[in-house]
Amino acid sequence: MKLVIGIVRPERANAVMEALFRADVRGYSVSRVQGHGGEQERVQTYRGTVVKMSLSPKVRFEVAVSEPFVQRTVDAIKEGARTDEVGDGKIFVLELAEAVRIRTGEKDEGAVTPVAS
Amino acid sequence: MIDTGDTAWVMAATALVFVMSPAVGLLYAGLIRSKNTLNTFMMVIASVVVAVTTWAIVGYSLAFDGGAGGFIGGLDNAFLNGVSLEPLEGQTIPEVVFFAFQATFVALTTALVSGAIVERMRFSAFLLFAALWSVLVYAVMAHWGFGGGWLTELGTLDFAGGVPVEMGSGFSALAAALVVGARKDYGRQAILPHNTVLVLLGAGLLWFGWFGFNGGSGLGINEAGVLAFINTLLTPATAVLMWFILDYMRGRKITAVGAATAIIVGCVAITPAGPFVSPGWAMLLGALAAIPCWLFIVWRTSKTNIDDTGDVLAAHGIAGLFGMLFIGFFAQATWGGTDGLLYGNPELLLHQFIATLAAPAYAFVVTYILLRVIGAVMPLRATEKDEAVGLDIVEHGEEAYVSGEGAILVTGDGDPRLEEAVKG
Repeated sequence: MKLVIGIVRPERANAVMEALFRADVRGYSVSRVQGHGGEQERVQTYRGTVVKMSLSPKVRFEVAVSEPFVQRTVDAIKEGARTDEVGDGKIFVLELAEAVRIRTGEKDEGAVTPVAS
Repeated sequence: MIDTGDTAWVMAATALVFVMSPAVGLLYAGLIRSKNTLNTFMMVIASVVVAVTTWAIVGYSLAFDGGAGGFIGGLDNAFLNGVSLEPLEGQTIPEVVFFAFQATFVALTTALVSGAIVERMRFSAFLLFAALWSVLVYAVMAHWGFGGGWLTELGTLDFAGGVPVEMGSGFSALAAALVVGARKDYGRQAILPHNTVLVLLGAGLLWFGWFGFNGGSGLGINEAGVLAFINTLLTPATAVLMWFILDYMRGRKITAVGAATAIIVGCVAITPAGPFVSPGWAMLLGALAAIPCWLFIVWRTSKTNIDDTGDVLAAHGIAGLFGMLFIGFFAQATWGGTDGLLYGNPELLLHQFIATLAAPAYAFVVTYILLRVIGAVMPLRATEKDEAVGLDIVEHGEEAYVSGEGAILVTGDGDPRLEEAVKG
């Protein structure tokens, strides 16, 4: 059981969601984050005041998956988020100590496996 | 002979019409995604300043300098030559005020067209387009509609701009949407209005300004202006109520974006008809005009790939066309018009009908060719990547909703690599 964190461009978030859907990955959380990475800093001017924006908006996916799903989740995020330009983001895979489905109290593998609908 | 009351009202009305442009900016900016807010609003601001300038240079002259019964006016008033503090024949306001009042119309109309191409057209290409469109399309159609051109001569009734403003912008918008093409995400992703409050605020402010647009088109305090003013209150009211009914029947919900759209539909429909129909018929006009516009939007969004982002064709083109035809049926000599079909004069309907063929055809064809020509000289569209990032950052180097987090002041005496970045 792993936690896959994907930090991607906001404009690729929809493509990542489509790729995850095609890979049969269902449950995840998404948040808007700001990050500082290798991409060129954007320079903006407001009434003569020049500033460089050192934080870029990103979207962060957090997907808790059972072992057989780890690689396909990573692949799906990679496929959806990639534009080949600096700033495409990162994927982190972390060990997950425990997971609980609140409604049923199911633990671990059972908790991160989608309910058959 | 200058009348002080007339001049005071037309100057106030000029300011009212002027505020309609930023209102359109709010409306369109609310309808699109947040990453294009400034670009969308800037297209409106650019339309205003470009069109006012071309209007002073040549547009006003082409629209209003002589050419009775013709296709286009002359060049005697180019560069405002001879436009003075004296009134024109048959008017009671200084000609400079008449010029300014008309200038706010071309500014607004040019801004309206931008609604069809926001979120993907390059800003520089749009500047060139706005300059040429305001002359080649608007000034010509203004001559037809109220500059004494062939439609006026024929007997077509168009009070405040059903021909140049509404059908002119609406059918040009269709051509622009087709030539520039749909946004890359259109039809693939849900593209939602990013701020519906801005949409309602823009529509409300437009309605407010429209009292000057229609009420001021009498060019003074007279029966025509007064009736048009009152009808500007009535027609949008019934248009919005009918829209409520249609929205409710389709989705069991009365929508805010729908209400904003219906306000514009109502204001547009009464624009040509203002002083020619009774207040009662004006109320019917609003309720009826909502139906084809509502149906058109449903059809466009569900059955076509035409990305007329601000629904300029539906809200202005179709509503304006409907208002023009409505005059042919319901105009009344006792209220200031020529009798329409209902009052025993079928000829007026024919004259209105001719306008609803000629105006859309001219606007569509000339705009289509104009954009093709500009497209041959420079790219019309932003690149896919720029469209994805958003045109606020790409075109203007600013963002509408900055948090300020992570923004570092560039002082000019720092890291040389930073200096490089500023120079781009």
